[in-house]
Amino acid sequence: MSVENNRNVGQQDYYMVDIEDYPESNWDQFKQVVKRTFSTELFVGLWVVLREMLKFNIHTVKYPEEKLPLGPRYRAIHEMLRLMESGTERCIGCGLCEKICISDCIRMETKIDENSRKEVSEYSINFGRCIFCGYCAEVCPELAIVHGGRYENVSEQRAHYSMFDDLLTPMDTFKAGQQKEFPGFGAIIPGSDESVKKTPLAY
Amino acid sequence: MSEITITIDNQEIKTKEGEYILNAARANGIFIPAICYLTRCSPTLACRLCLVEADGKQVYACNAKSKEGMQVTTSTQNIESEKRSIMEVYNVNHPLQCGVCDQSGECELQNYTLEVEVDSQNYAVPDVERKVLDWGHIHYDPALCIVCERCSTVCKDMIGDNSLKTVPRGSEGFNTDYKESMPKDAYAMWNKLNKSIIGLTSGEQMLDCTACGECSAVCPVGALTSTDFMYKTNAWEQKQIPATCSHCSAGCQIQYDVKHTDIENSDDKIYGVKNEWNYVSLCGAGRYGYDFENAGVSKDESAFNSAIEAFKKADTIKFNSIITNEEALILQRLKKKFGYKLINEEARSYGNFLNEYKKISGTSLYSGDLNTIRDSNFVVSVGTIIKSDNPNARFAFNNSMTMNKGAGLYFHPVADPVVSAMSKNMKAITHAPLQEEVVLYLILDLFANKEELPKEIVDYLATFHSTKTITVSETIKEQVIEMVVDAESGEEKEVKKMVPKKVSKEVEVDDNRLVEILKIDAFDEFMEKQLKKKDTFSLIVGEDFYTHPNSRNLARLVALIEKYSDFSVTIIPPRSNSLGVSLICDLDSEAGAYAVGYNEVADFTLCALGEGDLDMPAFNQQEGTLTSINKRVNPTNAALSYGGYTLNDLASALGVESDLTIDYTSQLPTAGGFKSTAFDDLSDHFTNAGEEVRGYALNVKKNKTSNESVEPFNEDEALAGELIYYANPVKNFSKFSQKAHQLNAKGGVFVSVARLESLGLKEGDRVTVETSTSKLTTSLYVDNQIDGDIAYLPNFDTKLNSEVLFNGYRFNNALIAKVI
Ligand code: SF4
Ligand code: SF4
Ligand code: SF4
Ligand code: SF4
Ligand code: SF4
Ligand code: FES
Repeated sequence: MSVENNRNVGQQDYYMVDIEDYPESNWDQFKQVVKRTFSTELFVGLWVVLREMLKFNIHTVKYPEEKLPLGPRYRAIHEMLRLMESGTERCIGCGLCEKICISDCIRMETKIDENSRKEVSEYSINFGRCIFCGYCAEVCPELAIVHGGRYENVSEQRAHYSMFDDLLTPMDTFKAGQQKEFPGFGAIIPGSDESVKKTPLAY
Repeated sequence: MSEITITIDNQEIKTKEGEYILNAARANGIFIPAICYLTRCSPTLACRLCLVEADGKQVYACNAKSKEGMQVTTSTQNIESEKRSIMEVYNVNHPLQCGVCDQSGECELQNYTLEVEVDSQNYAVPDVERKVLDWGHIHYDPALCIVCERCSTVCKDMIGDNSLKTVPRGSEGFNTDYKESMPKDAYAMWNKLNKSIIGLTSGEQMLDCTACGECSAVCPVGALTSTDFMYKTNAWEQKQIPATCSHCSAGCQIQYDVKHTDIENSDDKIYGVKNEWNYVSLCGAGRYGYDFENAGVSKDESAFNSAIEAFKKADTIKFNSIITNEEALILQRLKKKFGYKLINEEARSYGNFLNEYKKISGTSLYSGDLNTIRDSNFVVSVGTIIKSDNPNARFAFNNSMTMNKGAGLYFHPVADPVVSAMSKNMKAITHAPLQEEVVLYLILDLFANKEELPKEIVDYLATFHSTKTITVSETIKEQVIEMVVDAESGEEKEVKKMVPKKVSKEVEVDDNRLVEILKIDAFDEFMEKQLKKKDTFSLIVGEDFYTHPNSRNLARLVALIEKYSDFSVTIIPPRSNSLGVSLICDLDSEAGAYAVGYNEVADFTLCALGEGDLDMPAFNQQEGTLTSINKRVNPTNAALSYGGYTLNDLASALGVESDLTIDYTSQLPTAGGFKSTAFDDLSDHFTNAGEEVRGYALNVKKNKTSNESVEPFNEDEALAGELIYYANPVKNFSKFSQKAHQLNAKGGVFVSVARLESLGLKEGDRVTVETSTSKLTTSLYVDNQIDGDIAYLPNFDTKLNSEVLFNGYRFNNALIAKVI
């Protein structure tokens, strides 16, 4: 199953955990305390630890050498994508991300370019304020601004900015076919095509 | 018009007989979708969205008139299906570019598409190529145009330039496929939409008009936009700051659109100006002249201290009328406390004119305003180059002719092709300068009630009349007898027939020498035709009168017209707040030895242009009130921040203390008609019924009248020869409008194309202009919006000191010669 169609990350072998009924009366509660105090449940836990230690079966992720894979809907530092066909930037400068941003950390300037098209002349995100809510990626009509996977964004100052070119897929990465279509938050909902009513064309 | 009751959707409302249903509904808060209708302009029936059912008949709410007891339903099954199809049709081939469109967020196509809930499309037609056109200050993207004709309608009915019209689109692909399936009105709209597009009335490349930008303001979609604004920012990002335009005395309500400057600078910047175009129409100065702020000013203490020193030393304060009422009051208080002489010539001469006027009229202010002009059906304008002195007076003049089947007379020495073209029912008369009194006598002669008019004046007027015999040719019907052969019987028959015949005869007519002196041809014919069915009259008089050598006499004649005829009179204040200043300040005629200037060059200059000794805030950085031509006190707000000192700071340091400048709003002199309302209690809006709830109207006071004597005119005074005039081109009013980046222009001598040719010079040539008072060297420019031989010199350019060439009066004899 492709990721586009299956948003559930990880293995799908769920099972129900067997949980005892909660004690209802004071007497039941008392019985539970007595039982837990004098049974050997404590040693069960200690045994599990000891057994796994002897088997050398350790699950700790050794960050930073080792990193967990991220789900496609994870929302880390933004990226600006290019059009798959032409490589020009997807952003049309509509300003919706700037408007919707809940922490008011996107700012942009636009102007008319020499081909009479709208051009983004300046774009910045203040990551010191961003709460990674994903609204910008969701509202973007062009799937231009998306969330990437880089979550290490420590900085010396509270305010730190990324500009348009920092976010934009570098041209060599793009040429190398490394820009992936974004499947995560804000991407097209699977099956959208079927729900769109076609507009008749007279050609 | 009498008040009547109609019922819209079971709601009983009161309205006036004959009011359009749409306006009646709007005034009562009932929503009827409508795109193409503009209040104050004629209905064009382009959109057909305003369908309603009135007394069982489907009509268009924007052009169906209310009748007593009318039953109106805004929604029927058929109307809903029409609306749905109309909105679908508007979306056929409409580019999906809301993402970048400048109109997005305030687009009526977006709004109504959602309102009507269009979620699918049933129609299609092959598109034709529609090229984006750059018309100078306006940018036209025909692909976005929905041919609602609002642009061409406002340009014709309100502005009077008539520069836009619908032209054929050239759509071969259009066929009648949907004639049967589409609802009737939607089809009619679709048919017209696909066959037309907007084009220029004259020329192809450039929009050659007075550049008011009103067309782009009324455009419901992103088809017409300001070229300068293109793609700079979005509607939803800007905050609107309500203000009053400070460039001229019309005092239009505007909203400054502000947003942070750029990604680094959070200080507000003005990106444009909006207006409530249903009720206010702006000229180009108001729309494009917004960025004249005094930027980057901080408190310069040493300059402030020198200013205080200068005030201590000074005996005179020079200022102009681009000032708020509150600051004018501060100056008046300073005068009271320290005895300064207050010098403001434009306001003083205007105030003197009003004072003389009221001696005869018996009222402190003139009776008319822009609204009474708009409601008239016969308007006369004298003594003002109306399109540049007060653009809104011209809009009102034009509107009276287009909407009320009106007519008018425009008297001015400078021929104006734009004004002349406003209507066929208007006569533009170019008379010699210093003949303004003759014009007023002519109006008295034609319109005053001779029974009441003082006898000396009646007798004086009679001296200009004589009878003369002229030969007129007229067409009469004459009976002739013809012999015709009957086709059937072959018999010859006598037939009587009436044929028209021209005869000439001699008649005795009245000869009016006043008409002759003004050299008006075909005047009697014009008046006879145009005065039919006219019942509301307006007279507009302007700045030429206030500095006229016989200004006093002119004021008295104007008052006589007001008193003894049906005319209501509007006396245009020469600059933004000349009326307010003249009511608040006691102005002096002679300056003293040492002067502090406020926005005027003096020994110590306080200046909002950033060119003086101490900075002051510009108008878009100030709050306060302005008194307009409509005799209203209008509030304005600060759109931009200002870090420096204000006049109030100076006055407070000098002992005329107040926390804020606007604390003076409630202290404006009630003797001048002001009310003691606090600034924060002033409203600033129009109701849905179009009522202006803006500031307040001045109280007009009654006063005792004195004798009504007037002087006869002296025909020989007329100026002849080479003449210059003191005026600004359209859109530029002052150093402030000039500072705005879109209006920035160079001052010089402006001449018509014809004069340029007769001078044998080229545009841009250096010339000297010499008058009896002085001589200047400057450049020659062409203004194709004037005709005739009179050149004009503006005062908007601080580098050009045109006033030295004049001797008070706006006209002067001058020699223009090329610098060799
Ligand atoms: S993720 Fe949320 S907070 Fe961050 S830039 Fe986007 S909209 Fe703003
Ligand atoms: S929402 Fe997308 S297209 Fe619009 S400005 Fe932001 S990044 Fe660009
Ligand atoms: S005119 Fe309106 S509907 Fe058309 S692209 Fe612009 S915003 Fe969108
Ligand atoms: S340009 Fe705008 S106002 Fe003019 S017809 Fe087209 S849509 Fe209407
Ligand atoms: S300059 Fe005068 S007419 Fe033009 S917008 Fe301003 S107040 Fe109105
Ligand atoms: S508003 Fe009535 S037809 Fe357009």
